[in-house]
Amino acid sequence: MIVELARGLWTTFRALFFEKKVTVQYPEEKRPVSARFRGRHVLNRYENGLEKCIGCSLCAAACPADAIFVESAENSDEKRFSPGERYASTYEINMLRCIYCGFCEDACPTEAITLGDNYELSFYDRRDAIYNKDMLIVPVPQGGQLPPLVTEPGTFTRSVPAMKDPVD
Amino acid sequence: MAKLINLHINGTPVTVSEGTLVVDAAKKVGIDIPVFCYHPKMEPVGMCRQCLVEIGRPMIDRASGQPVLNEDGTPKLQFGPKLETSCTTPVAEGMAVLTETAKAQAGQKEIIELLLTSHPLDCPVCDKGGECPLQNLTMEHGVSESRFTFAEKHHGEKHVPLGDLILLDRERCIQCARCIRFQDKIAGEPVLSFYQRGRNTDIVSYSDPGFDSVFSGNTSDICPVGALTTVEFRFGARAWELKQAASICSQCPVGCNVTFNVRREASTGGGYVIKRAMPRQNEQVNEIWMCDKGRFAGYQYTESASRLKLDPAELDSTLRLAAAKLAVAQAETVILAGGRLANEDFFTLKQLAAALGAKTYLYSNMGGGEQTTTYGLSAGSNLGHLGKGDTVLVVAADLYNEAPLWHLRLKAAAERGATVIVAAARATKLDEFSQFVIRYAYGDEVETVKTLADKEKIGDAIKNSKNLVIFYGSDGLGLAGTAALAETCANLFASVAVDGRTATPNNGLVGVWSTPNRQGALEMGFAPCTNLAAEIAGKTVYVVAADPAGDDPALAEALKTAKTVIAQDILETTTTRLAEFTLPAAAYTEREGTYTNAERRVQRFYPAVPAHPGTKPDFALTAALAKGCGLELEGRSPLLVMNKLALSESAFRGISYASLSEMVEQWPIIGRGDLYYGGTSYENKLGLGQVLESKLSSGLAQSQPTIHAGLRMREDELLAVPVTKLYDNGITLTPAKLLQAHIQRFNGLILNPATALKLGLENGAQATVSLNGVTYPAKVLVDASISTGVVLIPRSMGIPLLEPTAVTILAQEA
Repeated sequence: MIVELARGLWTTFRALFFEKKVTVQYPEEKRPVSARFRGRHVLNRYENGLEKCIGCSLCAAACPADAIFVESAENSDEKRFSPGERYASTYEINMLRCIYCGFCEDACPTEAITLGDNYELSFYDRRDAIYNKDMLIVPVPQGGQLPPLVTEPGTFTRSVPAMKDPVD
Repeated sequence: MAKLINLHINGTPVTVSEGTLVVDAAKKVGIDIPVFCYHPKMEPVGMCRQCLVEIGRPMIDRASGQPVLNEDGTPKLQFGPKLETSCTTPVAEGMAVLTETAKAQAGQKEIIELLLTSHPLDCPVCDKGGECPLQNLTMEHGVSESRFTFAEKHHGEKHVPLGDLILLDRERCIQCARCIRFQDKIAGEPVLSFYQRGRNTDIVSYSDPGFDSVFSGNTSDICPVGALTTVEFRFGARAWELKQAASICSQCPVGCNVTFNVRREASTGGGYVIKRAMPRQNEQVNEIWMCDKGRFAGYQYTESASRLKLDPAELDSTLRLAAAKLAVAQAETVILAGGRLANEDFFTLKQLAAALGAKTYLYSNMGGGEQTTTYGLSAGSNLGHLGKGDTVLVVAADLYNEAPLWHLRLKAAAERGATVIVAAARATKLDEFSQFVIRYAYGDEVETVKTLADKEKIGDAIKNSKNLVIFYGSDGLGLAGTAALAETCANLFASVAVDGRTATPNNGLVGVWSTPNRQGALEMGFAPCTNLAAEIAGKTVYVVAADPAGDDPALAEALKTAKTVIAQDILETTTTRLAEFTLPAAAYTEREGTYTNAERRVQRFYPAVPAHPGTKPDFALTAALAKGCGLELEGRSPLLVMNKLALSESAFRGISYASLSEMVEQWPIIGRGDLYYGGTSYENKLGLGQVLESKLSSGLAQSQPTIHAGLRMREDELLAVPVTKLYDNGITLTPAKLLQAHIQRFNGLILNPATALKLGLENGAQATVSLNGVTYPAKVLVDASISTGVVLIPRSMGIPLLEPTAVTILAQEA
């Protein structure tokens, strides 16, 4: 019996002293996610702070789980949130419904919505699972301004920018 | 019956009547030929070239004139060297049309490619996206890569307001001219046109104010791209997010079939809201059109902040207390019902009144109900069938302002060859399209109609008409005046009608009411009261869907002397404010029911949104009151009420919700997958309604008309007459924010320039008008088309003029 015990403990001690440790001390320590990881969505901004989202609802249309809800309103040069005529006045994602398929990202004509690397989604209340625009949108980049912006007429006439083929 | 033509389209044999266009013939057998400029309601122009197809015709031997035959004995076909536009080519015997050959497809593809050279990539933000013919056809026929460079795109101006209701995006326009042709040919208001040429071609509105038409919203429906969009729906929702609810417009007696588009919104905490009103096809009522009043003010008031509401407990106690009052009052009750109620509501009120022994009155500014129920249009009537040999007489009505869709339909009837006779005291828009125009002085309405049959040409047109429809209105008339006019019209009708033809379709007398369902009330025996103030004094008054206190200060005083006032309405009104009990009713968008339009067509409307919290449908409130009086009335479902109504009201015999929902195939086919053909108007799937049977079975008795002498003014006096404007300050219109400028445009005293000059007033000046001892401030508007010595006062604009009256107008000191 002693032999069996020693053999079993040998496995333990071998792992303890001689093998490479694989345990990650989450949440103090986090493993990097892959480049194509699909985590919680973020709404992106242009460098000047304008929102990329134009409120077109194509993400909501593409969503197989019906997790996205968008309402849009009209931009003006005096009160501009995004380029072009339209912006999202309400943007909500129900994270309990989301299946992280990334269809919204594919549907987005302006690369406004992207799936980020945040996978830490847990809630005390089901209502907290609904992420609104303020929770989803990225901070204003350095040198940018928080919309609404006052812009020069004729500068932001296009909703959809000319874009290159997407690369990761 | 037109000659029938046989042809083959893609090998399918088709038989259509002569003169049919190839594109329509294909549509009839379910073959879709893509089109942009062609619209089945308008003449073809062949501008966009999208409908290119290969067409082969039988070869004819020149020498013998006989068809050349193939070896197997079939006629030899000769195909043209080039593609032809199927929208401009009428069918011919033996023709063979090929729409899906490589050659035809290549032609269609190239047209789309050319159209897209300057079309912006706006689909994500475009309101048309999702229901856009160009988008759909690009997906179906378009090329995936353009041969044109992006930098060469033509950039036009975006967001150009054509008027205050319609926005133009110049980049998106593909110059199909559908909007221009609609305004020119169908609406008869040519306010749009092309400007510049070639790539710079633009749509412009040259009216002042811009896009001055009451049918402007329809242009956005038929626009095959997102060039014309409404301000109301701008960025409201995407087309695929919307749900549909069939309804009937409640703004006028035409009863246009509409579809409300609804979706859930954050603003209501996730509840359903109506996003827009769209026409729903009913070729017998509104075809595929609707007016701007219905579109931009049809449902907005139901979302107004002044909606009445009560908590369920409060509502219960109010109902209990009010019912106790009614139970005590019994026959000392007066029930006053307004014309916006559904048939089911009127019937429930009628039953309650019968049980109490109470008097019921229809709240109406127009009389003549008895005549319209007797001589009204009968089953099978369709204004769209009026044509050569038929006569339409319009008396004292400004249809353009009072019932715009009838204006449209009568204009079309006139173009088909019907004789339209307009008798009015002032110029109306219909004059332009009518064969005869009769001008009389205000007050001479009855006299004019009496002598019509004696006039040579007009009398002939009336007497020798195949079908005769008479519209009478209340332009410059009060209750007594319209009652006398209706009687005279009915007599004219009876005198020329031979062989009891009033019971045949397309013959009858139509009252141009101001509410959607006055006809239904009249059919059930409701009648207006000529001396309401005296009737209600000291009584227990149950006012439903009417605002007598707001309309007439005398009635407000009378209501104050009433024992108890129970007011039931959708919105807060002067009457509900002074009532002891207020019962909150659900709007027509929130419930089921039926309306009877003035053409006597009963039509169903369906709930679009859930009932506003704290409200109940009118019939349910009435039934609850009845229950408190110990009377069991049907208050659960309008369907059950209708079943009883059909049994006990002879006029409604044979009508049921099932029969009202019956459908027959309508032409043109619209609103299916192929939006490019008919526009975004909705297909009717929920019933065309049913016209009530005529009450006349045989012989017509001619009644002796009551003498009604029009009011004659002394030289120094001014006759004020009430007229109806499309956009007024009524409570259903004021919540429509977009229409405020339109309302204010006609809000004032309308005077002839000479009369104004005599009074020392000019256009736009402020004046005061004294009426029954009260002075009202108003703006002066001059109009050279009206006669001198009268002042037109629009109804529901703040001046309570009910009958033609002498008034004094003074310039207001600054």
